[in-house]
Amino acid sequence: MLLRAQNLGKHFGGVNALEAVDVAFERGAVHAVIGPNGAGKTTLLNILSGIYRPDSGSISFENQDLTGKSPHEFAAAGVSRTFQNLQVFFNMTVLENVMTGRWLHERCSLACALLRLPSLARAERACRDAAAALLDTVGLSRWADARADSLPYGALKRLEIARALAAEPRLLLLDEPAAGLNANETREIDELIRRTAARGVTVVLVEHNMKLVMEVAKHVIVLDYGRKLAEGEPRTVSRDPRVIEAYLGTEACST
Amino acid sequence: MGSSAAALPNGSRKTPRKPVLVLAAVIAALPLALTNNYTYEIAILVGLNAIVCVGLNLLIGYAGQISLGHAGFFGLGAYGSAILAARYGWPALVSIPVSLIGVALLAWAIGRPILRLKGHALAMATLGFGIIVSIVLATEDRFTGGPDGMNVPSLKIFEFAVNGEHLWYWIVGVALIGAVWLALNLIDSPRGRALRALHGSEVAAGALGIDAAAHKLSAFVISALFAAFAGALSAHYSGFITPGKASFLHSIELVTMVVFGGMASTFGAVVGAAVLTTLPQFLTLFKEYEMVLLGAVMMLTMIFMPRGLVPTLARALGPTLERALAAARAKSR
Repeated sequence: MLLRAQNLGKHFGGVNALEAVDVAFERGAVHAVIGPNGAGKTTLLNILSGIYRPDSGSISFENQDLTGKSPHEFAAAGVSRTFQNLQVFFNMTVLENVMTGRWLHERCSLACALLRLPSLARAERACRDAAAALLDTVGLSRWADARADSLPYGALKRLEIARALAAEPRLLLLDEPAAGLNANETREIDELIRRTAARGVTVVLVEHNMKLVMEVAKHVIVLDYGRKLAEGEPRTVSRDPRVIEAYLGTEACST
Repeated sequence: MGSSAAALPNGSRKTPRKPVLVLAAVIAALPLALTNNYTYEIAILVGLNAIVCVGLNLLIGYAGQISLGHAGFFGLGAYGSAILAARYGWPALVSIPVSLIGVALLAWAIGRPILRLKGHALAMATLGFGIIVSIVLATEDRFTGGPDGMNVPSLKIFEFAVNGEHLWYWIVGVALIGAVWLALNLIDSPRGRALRALHGSEVAAGALGIDAAAHKLSAFVISALFAAFAGALSAHYSGFITPGKASFLHSIELVTMVVFGGMASTFGAVVGAAVLTTLPQFLTLFKEYEMVLLGAVMMLTMIFMPRGLVPTLARALGPTLERALAAARAKSR
């Protein structure tokens, strides 16, 4: 297992956002976390990327204990992520956003940066090329030099994925990558997730689009009211009566 | 000139050499317009303020952290070198670097706890620091001469005393070019992107492995060093310093220059310093209302061009210039 977290708990005031949740992610597989709104999916992702410190439980990543570490330490260990509410660097160009994603792979001392030593110029060229290649993968090449704030929503979603991939993570957490995208764009994300997993990167996605989940995920975790309701293969989970009642059931009622 | 102005809206994608050459050309040509010692004096003052603003802009404009106490670092750099030179007889070439090292250590020590604060709380903490420094400088009269100030020995380079406005103009000019060059290099490096990332989205920066606390601290220390360096130069240049240089008002002036010139624009910082240092000199009639003027400038900037002068102009003129360049290129083909 790439990541194993046990007994995770997090409460905000009197609300238990997450309670006694165990998760395990297999190397190179696509996992999905589903559940109704407020089930604790984003809380789980925030804990697994160090943004929230869990009130209880432990996280081990490649046999390394990451419990209570800060986000940049999770990133250094090999965890990268995107955000449900976009967290693009709007003060940069599209290419610079992705270049920033390569931070962990750049050796840059303060003196080297201030004096712009020749080694830095070489490294910057390599970084630029790597970032440009990633933009190509997500189909944003023609926007490379545009300011990030001039991009449409769907493109920003893909930009976040490219930026997260630039960190060369072993675990990629995607928080609702298809939210607000049309069918075409969703298919592109689907394709991108498959290709990423095929390269050996473990992908965990939080997603409401059940079609996408059924297509790409090998393993699904269902959360409800901060607890793990069920987990397993997408087909088995979608037939679980508890899941239908809690998630698919309520969704069917509401639509 | 045109291409460098057109490159401004995209941040600093191009190598920073060309803009530095433009600045060097301006500094080299400026003496043609400086007719007497008084105008040289103003130019030197502009240069010193610009050095502080270029550093402060790294903190405010790029890392997105506020400081209302940078005059404190200016004052400490000035008094540190002045005291070592005047009271202990150190040569200025030694007292300046030692003073800078002291300021860097102090900035590191106070930056560590206070940079955990955000927004208004950070503004208050840096404000408090600045006030403490100016009070200490005014009261520790055994060392600082108190509110009346103290004399500072002039800069000597191998027994050659550096005096006179003309010589100092070139020293400050070279120092400013150096400061701008260092700042542009930093911004255009992976570390510069990390700083801008903190401003763009601190949570996303963290998720990419950028240690927010460490980078804020390094921007704080670097900006304090720029301020202290300008302070030390100003002390040895004018030969006399008072605690007023470390005052709250001076801190506010510096922040106003950065905001007016344009946050996240190194040349904005230089232009802001140039405009707001020279303007009061030409409006001597309004000398008493200098602070009123400063307040009005700050308010009008925030209302009519919140990006600041240089980025606003670059954005307005950038497309026109680019179109003109493209047309010229098409014609030459």
